[in-house]
Amino acid sequence: MKKIMFYPGCTLKGVAKNLEDSTIESARVLGYELMELPNWTCCGAVYGLAQDSVKFTIANVRNLIRAQEYSKEIGDNRLIAVCSMCYNNLKRAHIDVMKNRDKLKTLKLFMDEESEYEGHINVQHYLQFLKEFGFEKIKNYVKKPLKGLKVAPYYGCLLLRPREVAIDDVEDPHILENLLRVLGAEVVDYPLKNECCGSYHTVDKKEIVGERTYKLVSVAHDVGADVIATSCPLCFFNLDRRQEIAKAKHPRFENMPIVYFTQLMAIAFGKNSDDVLHFDRHYISPKEVLAPWL
Amino acid sequence: MVMKRIGVFICHCGRNIAGTVDVKKVAEEIGKREDVAIATTYVFMCSEPGQKLIEDSIKKYDLDGVVVANCSPTLHERTMRNAAARAGLNPYRVEIANIREQCSWPHENEPEKATDKAIRIINATIEKLKANASLEPIEVPVIRRALVIGGGVAGIQAALDLADSGIETILVEREPSIGGNMFRLSETFPTLDCPQCILTPKMNDVANHPNIKLYTYSEIEDVSGYMGNFKVKIKKKATYVDWDKCTGCGECMKVCPAYALSEYDFGMAKRKAIYIQNEQAVPLKAVIDENKCIKLQFDKKVREGKIKPKKHVRICEKCVDVCDAQAIHFKNNEEIIEEEVGAIIVATGFEVMPAEKFPELGGHYPDVVTALQFERLLAPSGPTNGIPRRPSDGKIPKRIAFIHCVGSRDPEHGVPYCSRICCMYLIKQATLYRHAVPDGEAYAFYIDIRSNGKGYEEFYERSKEEYGVVYIRGKVGKVYKVGDKYRVQAVDTLTGRVIEMDVDMVVLATAAVASKGIKELAKKLRIPYDEWGWLKEVHLKLRPLETPVAGIFIAGTAQFIKDITDTVSEASGAAAKAMAMLSKPKLEKEPLLAKVDPEICAGCGRCKEVCPYGAIDIDPRRHVAVVNEALCEGCGACSANCPTTAIQVVNFKKPQIINMVDVLAEVF
Amino acid sequence: MKYTIKEDPHKNEDVQEIMAISGQNIFSCFQCGRCSSSCPMAEFMDILPNQVFMLLQEGNVEPLMTAKTPWICAACFTCTVRCPVGLDLAAVMEAIREKQLRKNYDYVDPYKVEERDILPPIAMVSNFRKFTP
Repeated sequence: MKKIMFYPGCTLKGVAKNLEDSTIESARVLGYELMELPNWTCCGAVYGLAQDSVKFTIANVRNLIRAQEYSKEIGDNRLIAVCSMCYNNLKRAHIDVMKNRDKLKTLKLFMDEESEYEGHINVQHYLQFLKEFGFEKIKNYVKKPLKGLKVAPYYGCLLLRPREVAIDDVEDPHILENLLRVLGAEVVDYPLKNECCGSYHTVDKKEIVGERTYKLVSVAHDVGADVIATSCPLCFFNLDRRQEIAKAKHPRFENMPIVYFTQLMAIAFGKNSDDVLHFDRHYISPKEVLAPWL
Repeated sequence: MVMKRIGVFICHCGRNIAGTVDVKKVAEEIGKREDVAIATTYVFMCSEPGQKLIEDSIKKYDLDGVVVANCSPTLHERTMRNAAARAGLNPYRVEIANIREQCSWPHENEPEKATDKAIRIINATIEKLKANASLEPIEVPVIRRALVIGGGVAGIQAALDLADSGIETILVEREPSIGGNMFRLSETFPTLDCPQCILTPKMNDVANHPNIKLYTYSEIEDVSGYMGNFKVKIKKKATYVDWDKCTGCGECMKVCPAYALSEYDFGMAKRKAIYIQNEQAVPLKAVIDENKCIKLQFDKKVREGKIKPKKHVRICEKCVDVCDAQAIHFKNNEEIIEEEVGAIIVATGFEVMPAEKFPELGGHYPDVVTALQFERLLAPSGPTNGIPRRPSDGKIPKRIAFIHCVGSRDPEHGVPYCSRICCMYLIKQATLYRHAVPDGEAYAFYIDIRSNGKGYEEFYERSKEEYGVVYIRGKVGKVYKVGDKYRVQAVDTLTGRVIEMDVDMVVLATAAVASKGIKELAKKLRIPYDEWGWLKEVHLKLRPLETPVAGIFIAGTAQFIKDITDTVSEASGAAAKAMAMLSKPKLEKEPLLAKVDPEICAGCGRCKEVCPYGAIDIDPRRHVAVVNEALCEGCGACSANCPTTAIQVVNFKKPQIINMVDVLAEVF
Repeated sequence: MKYTIKEDPHKNEDVQEIMAISGQNIFSCFQCGRCSSSCPMAEFMDILPNQVFMLLQEGNVEPLMTAKTPWICAACFTCTVRCPVGLDLAAVMEAIREKQLRKNYDYVDPYKVEERDILPPIAMVSNFRKFTP
C-alpha cells in the first residue's frame, strides 16, 4: 500500500462523512493509503480577495508547512484534498505566496515555530490524483460497472475558478465526465455543471439557494439525469437539502438524489457497505436510484 | 572628409515635441558646436515653409551636412532628403534625429530630462553624419508584370485594374475557384445586392482577360528577388484531373460515393471527393480531394505497404466511367511554376474564429453556428436554398438569437479589436431571416451597434422599423441546450435586468482573424504581420497599402478586417500603386547597402549564412565575400556577424555607430 | 432620477479606496454586461454587476453602500473568468463589503443563525468570513 498525504477538512469529519469514507475506501482499492495530515487546521473555506488580506492565507500556509514536513516522512509531495473548498484554498494560498514572496515574509511575522515554506507541496484535488493515476488503469478495478446510470457531473465553482486553480478547462471541463465513464456510468451533457449553487448564502439567505437548487436540479432532470455527482460538501448540502425549499415553492419540482463522485467510485469498486456510503447523511436518499448496483 | 558646415533644424511638431522638449534651449546648445553653422527651430519642418527654410539655409550657409531633429525617419526622411537635393546637397548628407518617438513622447512627464536627451540624440546624429559618404541611388530594371495573391474580391479587383492598364497579371488562389468569402455571402449590406449577381461578372472577366494568367488551387511556394524583379515559385496542387479536358459538366460528382464537409459551405453541407467548388466556379473545373477519394486512399496505402495491390481489380473509379471528356487520370499532377514579376499585391483575406472556441455560448452544439456559416444557410445558392434550416434536424428555426462581439473586443478570450463588419452583417442576417421566415423572431444581443458607412445607420433603423428585429443591449453570458431549444442567458443593461429566453438557433458573430497560413506566406515575402496575422502597413494613416518591402503591396482584409466597399477601394488603390511603380523605365534603389573590404575579408562565409536575402556569395577564386547589390536590402545582419568588420553597410559603419553610442552614453 | 457629477470620479476617495482594496482598475470596464448575464445571482440583485461599475466610474459610491448586490454576490468568479478586460469583479464586490465590514459592521449575526445542527462547517465559516468583520 502506497502512502499519500490527505487533507480532509472540517466538513468531512462531520456532515460529510460519506465523502471522507468513500474517498479513503476508493483510494485504498487503488493501492493508496490516504494519510491524514497531522495537526491540520481549517482552510477558512473562502479565500480573501482584498489586496491587504493575510488572515485568509495564514492557516493555509501553516497547513502547507506541515505538509512540507510530513512529505519527508511519506516520501511524496502531493497533498490531496477532496473537498472543493479545501482544495481551492490550499491551492490559492500556495500560488499566492509563490507569486508574492513578500506576503510570505509578512505571514512569517504571525508564526513562530514553523519552518520556511519552500513551495514544493503539490496541492491536488482527488480528481487530479486519479487522472494522474490513470483513468484507463482505474477501469481494471471496476467490479460493478454503473451501466445505465445517468449521471450529471457537477463541478460547481471552486474546482474551476479562479482560472489559476482550475483543474480543467474553466468553461468546458471533462475530467469528472471521463472518470464517470470509466466507472461505466452514462454521462449526460449537463450545461450547468460549472454554475454556482448559492454557496454560503445557505446560512442566511436559503431562499436564494432554494431557487438555485430548483434551477440546477430541474435542468439536470431536463437533460435526463438520474443523479448529480459532485465533490463539494457545500454544493452537496445545498443541492440535496435545499430541495425541500425548491419543492415547497415549486410544487411541480421533482427531487433528485445528489451523490459524491467518490460514492459512485466505491459502488463501482464493489465497496457498498453502509460504513462507506453513509446514505443516512442524504436528505434525498439515492438508495432507490442506485439499487441495481448496490 | 570632416564637415565644418552643418545645419541643424529642430522641429516643434506643433506641441508634440515643443510641448515637452525646450526646443529653443536645444537650438542654443547645438548652436555652440564648432562644426554647426546654423541651429534653428520651426513649428512644422515637414511643411512647405519648413522645407524652404532648409533649402535656403543650405544655399545661404553653403552647408555640407544637415540634421533634421523631428519624428521617426520612416515618416519624413525622404521629404528632408528631397528638400536637400533640391538645394544641391547630396541627400545622403541628411540625417534624421528622432526626438519625437524616442524622446518627447515617452518622456512627456520629464521635460528637463527630455530636453537633455534631445540634445544628446542630435549630437550623436551629427557625429554619424560627419562620416556619411555622398551616395547616388542604384538603378534597377523593372519587369512589367504583377502578381496578385488571393482571388477574393480584393484580388479580383486588383488583378482586373492592373490587367486593364496593360500589365500582365498573375492571379493565384489556393481554392479551386476564385470568389473568396464574398462569393459565399447571402446578400451584401446595405444594398442587399447578391454577390452571385455582382461578383460573377468580375470573376468571368478575370477568366477571359487576355492579360490575366489565373492559377487556382495553387499556392505560393517561394519568393525571391526585389522590387521590380521578383522571382516567384507557384505550386499548382494536384487535382488528379486534366483541366484542359475537363468541361465542368459535373457528372463525376453525381456518381462519386465518398463525402466530405464542404469548405465552400463552411461545413453546412457535404460535397463529394471529386467536386467542382460551386456551380459558378471560375474556372469551372473538378478536383479530387486525395484524402477522401477511395481510389487515391487505396493507392496510398499500397504505396505505404499497408495493403497489397490487387491486380485486375478496379478500385471505385466510378467518376472515370461517366467522364466523357476522359479528363480524370488520378495522376499526381502537382507542379511548380516559376514566374517573374515586378510587383506583388497580397490580398489573402480573413476568416472567423470557429464556434467551438466558445463552449459557454454553446459553440459545440450543431445549431449554434458562426455568422459565415449562417450566410450559407441564407444564401439562395446555399444548401437550404435561402430558407434557413437547423443543421441538427432540418427544421426551420422560428426564433433566432444573433450574438454580437463573440471573441471581438475581448482581449482575455479572443482579440482586443472590434471586428468591424459583424454589426452590419448581423443586422443584414436578421433582416434576411425575417424576410425568409416571416413568422420568425430575430433577437440581436449587442454591446454597441457600429454602423459607420454610407447607408449603414439607415439600414439598421430599417431592420427595426420594417423587419421587426429586436435589439437587446448586453453581451450574452451563456447558451445551453434544454430539450429541443437553446436557452440564452443574457442581460439588458439599459433596464438593468437579466434576460432568459429559449430559441431554436443561435448565430455567433465570432471574431475575424487573418486567413490561415498568412504567417508562413508573410515570411516568404519577408513582410511583417501582427499577433493575429494582419499584415502591417508602412503607415496606418498615410501609407496603408504599402509594406516595408518595396514592390509588395497589400489590399483588402489581409491588412485588417473591412467591408466590401473599403476592400474594393483598397484593391484599386494597391493596383494603382503597383502601376505607378511598374510604369517607370527604371527603379531607384537605396544605395545604403553592404560593402566588402576584400583586403580584410577572410571569406569565412558567416555573412552568407545569415543574409536573409541570399545576396552574398563567396568568390571561390579570391576567397572573399561578394555582395549582389540588386538583392541586398542593407539590413546589416552580415555586418553584425562579421568577425573582422570586413563587411559593413554604407553610412552605418562601425566607427559611426560606436561614436553615436559614446555620445548618447556620454562616455568621455 | 438625476445625479450631478461634482468631481472627477478618479479623485473620489471612496472609489480610490475600492480600487486599492480590490487591486482592480474599475475604469477599464466598458459596460458589455457579460458579468451580469453570466452571474447566477443577478436575478436576486438590486443593482447589476455592470451597473456597479458604471456607478463607480461616475464616482457615485453611496448607492453601493446601501445596495444588496455586494451581499448577494457569492464569489463564484464566473464574472471574473468571463470579463473581457480581465477585471476581478469578485474582488471589487469584496472591497465594497470590506469598506463596511472594516467599520465593525456585522451583516450576519452568528448568534441568530438557524439550523446549526445540520449546516456543514464550511457553510458557516465561509458565511461569517464574508459577512462579519
